[in-house]
Amino acid sequence: MRKTRRLAASAIAAAALLFIALTLSGVSPSDAGVLGRSPGQWTPDKVGVIASLSVDKLAAAPRDPSNAADGQPGAIALGRALFNDSRFSRDGSVSCASCHAPDKQFQDGLPVAKGVGIGTRRAMPVVGTGHNAWFFWDGRKDSLWSQALGPLEDRVEHGGNRGRYARLLQTHYKTQYEAVFGQMPVLEGVTSDASPLGTADEQLAWQSMTARQRANVDRVFANMGKAIAAYEKSLAYGQSRFDRYARAIAANDASGQHEFTAQEVNGLRVFIGNGQCVTCHNGPLLTDHAFHNTGVPPPDSARPDRGRAAAVATVQADPFNCLGPFSDARPEQCSELRFIVADDSALEGAFKTPSLRNVALRPPYMHAGQFATLEQVVNHYMQSPVAVLGHSELARGKGDSHAERKPIRLSQEEARDLVAFLATLSGPIVEKGSQ
Amino acid sequence: MTTRLFATTLSALVLASLAGCMTPPPDLDLSLQHPTQDNKFVVALQPPETPAAINQIHSWQVKLSTPDGAPVAHARINVDGGMPQHGHGLPTRPQVTRELADGTYLLEGMKFSMTGWWEIKLAIQTADAADKVTFNRVVTDSATR
Repeated sequence: MRKTRRLAASAIAAAALLFIALTLSGVSPSDAGVLGRSPGQWTPDKVGVIASLSVDKLAAAPRDPSNAADGQPGAIALGRALFNDSRFSRDGSVSCASCHAPDKQFQDGLPVAKGVGIGTRRAMPVVGTGHNAWFFWDGRKDSLWSQALGPLEDRVEHGGNRGRYARLLQTHYKTQYEAVFGQMPVLEGVTSDASPLGTADEQLAWQSMTARQRANVDRVFANMGKAIAAYEKSLAYGQSRFDRYARAIAANDASGQHEFTAQEVNGLRVFIGNGQCVTCHNGPLLTDHAFHNTGVPPPDSARPDRGRAAAVATVQADPFNCLGPFSDARPEQCSELRFIVADDSALEGAFKTPSLRNVALRPPYMHAGQFATLEQVVNHYMQSPVAVLGHSELARGKGDSHAERKPIRLSQEEARDLVAFLATLSGPIVEKGSQ
Repeated sequence: MTTRLFATTLSALVLASLAGCMTPPPDLDLSLQHPTQDNKFVVALQPPETPAAINQIHSWQVKLSTPDGAPVAHARINVDGGMPQHGHGLPTRPQVTRELADGTYLLEGMKFSMTGWWEIKLAIQTADAADKVTFNRVVTDSATR
């Protein structure tokens, strides 16, 4: 008698265990066997998480107070022309579109960018970047317009200089420029190759100019960035298959949920569950816009990239930052720069979380294109190796403050499902607000 | 016995699930007014009435008083924090930029980059005393609208 009761108790407990396990995994018992085929398979909290990733939840990018030309159709049109104009480079061979090619997801498909020389990091996508606070993998720029100025003078990217660019703008784009920014400053006496960041000759030429001439060139150069930023900001991600699925889930629409295969449903479950991807890849752009060291191996472990740690002083000292003389913002509008994290050891070897929109269309991956496939990326997170430089937030057994983070443990099947899910994030790129 | 076994199973499972990355611990003290660690001060945090969106920089107010309720002026307050379950700190370095009234301070530069459990740690220093206090905040997505 006692034995029977104990058996019954065990059976009830086992059933309860199964029920609770299924509930916790986000799958309700009635649907456990038919994943991807029926509505109601997500618990309400998971429905909320899925909805939070949908492009429907993406508000319009906030206006950049440091760029008065932001959103102006004339600036967008000028920016598009400049973006595609290879005269703005040392040898006339490189435009922004060289590494941010519209037919390649505004990237170049290469591990590290190739301009007039070879860079050290992967070209970033420019789509959806109006939502960013920091630019480049290390966030060494604090606005899209200031970001656009960096590659133009970088030795291995465009390789040109602001003196020449100001002259080129005056020659080829004066009317469009003045329609947006007002009268172009006088550039008389400006040497055509001059910059404080250029070659020794260019720096010498820069120093030989008057303060007024330098300020005029800087003004035209900054406005060039503002026009390019206005254009880049008009590029947005459209709806993906995931977004249609998320919409169907939110509406409890059974037919809409057939957008996803059972494998993709399971991949999404891993993404927001034990894969912990959503920890950093959150919100409609699937990024927290923050900097993390996840132990991604540097291409050259003898010379590891310090990432964010080396960028903080750079952006603080940048004359083209939000607090600088070419910004249109009031100082109190420069909150990100004013409240920048400057002295945290977690910045060492940290890079910005990239958006996962269209990620399957944009190999290779990571800040120096270290991984050719998404399978390799997922495998990296499953391995969670110790960082070569700094401390990986994911690495096990190091650093007390990370003790509460659970390791990412996935089966091979879950890893495959996750990769299948990532491909559902692909959608069109749309240009908004242009003439 | 059934009840006990069920209860044990339940608590074990709940415990296991809460170690995950999405769910904050159930027993978090979410109150916004605390005595400090060594009971030298009482601190009340006041977030904006309408919660800020994820990744939107915003300001809070900090009210600092003695245990018997007298406002504490001219304190130096340092702010730190992060997400204990994710192993990272705050995405900004919030700062007390002004004392709005005796014992009421403006805390600028607050930002939460994701939903979930965040800790906000204040280190308070006056001419006579120093103490610390930690607050818990669970940021939800509803706050983004």
